[in-house]
Amino acid sequence: MLEFKNVSYGVGDKQILKNINLNISDRFVAITGPNGSGKSTLAKLVAGIITPTEGRIYMNGEDITDMSVTDRAKSGISFAFQQPVRFKGLTVQYLISLAAGKKTSVSEACAYLSEVGLCAKDYINREVNASLSGGELKRIEIAMINARSTALSVFDEPEAGIDLWSFNNLIKVFEKMHERTHGTIMIISHQERILNIADKIVVLAGGEVVEYGDREKVFPKLMNVQTGCKFTENF
Amino acid sequence: MDKIQQDLLREVAGIHEVPEGAYSLRINGKLHGKNSSENIAIVTKEDKPGIDIYIKAGTKNESVHIPVILSQTGLKELVYNDFHIGEDADVTIVAGCGIHNGGAETSEHSGIHSFYLAKNAKCKYIEKHYGEGDGNGKNIMNPHTHVELQEGSRMEMETAQIKGVDSTIRKTTGVVMKNATLIVHEKIMTHGSQYAETEFDVELAEDGAGTHVISRSVAKGSSHQKFISRIRGNAKCSGHTECDAIIMDDATVAAIPEILAQNPEASLIHEAAIGKIAGEQLVKLMTLGLTEKEAEEEIINGFLR
Repeated sequence: MLEFKNVSYGVGDKQILKNINLNISDRFVAITGPNGSGKSTLAKLVAGIITPTEGRIYMNGEDITDMSVTDRAKSGISFAFQQPVRFKGLTVQYLISLAAGKKTSVSEACAYLSEVGLCAKDYINREVNASLSGGELKRIEIAMINARSTALSVFDEPEAGIDLWSFNNLIKVFEKMHERTHGTIMIISHQERILNIADKIVVLAGGEVVEYGDREKVFPKLMNVQTGCKFTENF
Repeated sequence: MDKIQQDLLREVAGIHEVPEGAYSLRINGKLHGKNSSENIAIVTKEDKPGIDIYIKAGTKNESVHIPVILSQTGLKELVYNDFHIGEDADVTIVAGCGIHNGGAETSEHSGIHSFYLAKNAKCKYIEKHYGEGDGNGKNIMNPHTHVELQEGSRMEMETAQIKGVDSTIRKTTGVVMKNATLIVHEKIMTHGSQYAETEFDVELAEDGAGTHVISRSVAKGSSHQKFISRIRGNAKCSGHTECDAIIMDDATVAAIPEILAQNPEASLIHEAAIGKIAGEQLVKLMTLGLTEKEAEEEIINGFLR
């Protein structure tokens, strides 16, 4: 499905990702690692928002490294932002229609919103502007990815800002999404409960893949990590 | 009415032929037709070009259309329209000016509109300005709107100038009395080398008076825009003015809000923001499969909706 071959990314002298080699084809793949390890950069490389300084990215065998964001979206890649964007004047229903690539009816839009725990009638005509809270925006962002139903969906910390009550539902949303798309769902997360549903886990540290494998093997190791910082280890 | 005139009418008033009910249709500097209804009288002025519109007290849910169409190049006109809206009336007024200038000379329409709302009257005023033409002649519109709101009345103005007006200087003045409210939503888009200036001056004269003056604009190409908004609070009142502009290409935008409180109970707020389309907005829509140009159009259309 998705393959990284010797992918590196840097800005100036700073290397953010170093020689990444990954082959991702499972149902749920979690990407985890400390802050600053390069997780969001990896997601942006998949969506095409940035391009590697070295190496190639393949999707279903096709080299997509030089493909634009738009073309990647059309070829079946969706990306849920860590911090969703606000749009003055565009309503929730309109954005869902843009995501679906067709005019969605009120009942279709309602179904997507209900799935992410929003009472549809309160939201479909609301503008996606500063009047929405961070948590509401996150759910709308997920509803948009649902409306797209693509082969590959990438979520950058979807749980951030989502309350505890919604957390279980979030996992159900991913499961339902997979039933619909039969594709791959990549989730960047620090949350144990999300890592727990993953088929495979990628662990990034210092811009490198330090672990990649089945959850059963990788997960226990994560519970035992050293910080890698001598200062904190003395405490 | 020919095809060009029909198209202009559709653009500015959303209608194809002469409207039903009370209306006044002005084409190329002359009155094309007018109709009064039982509650709304439209009377041609005798001392100067224009009309007086008298709406009877208590008139509910009726509308008046007063579009102006110019399709003859080089025509310049100044028209005075006065609206007298009776007590407790609740009406919608649809105005608008469309210019098709296919020649080399400048076409110009300036409408001086005055609104007098009696006690507890309500009025929604919708005005669209639109220009087109394949000649080199310029389309100019300089509207002046004056509003006087008596106790408990409410006026809501929606004005839009989206396309084809080369130069506009728009002035709106208002005096708001006890518990009356003036709401203005203005939308402007300029492109090419167009110039748009809009100036508001609202006096909140008595206790309970309120106003919201909200402008959203997009400046493209090498166009220039200037937004001036002055709110004076002379009583226990509330006033809010907001200018929100998207700037593109080589355009320039100036926003000059002024709030003047002359009473310690006056609560006045101004907000002004000018900036380009945020890169993350474009990227988000591109991740949904839109091209950069399509994304830009969606963002602008939404912003001006």
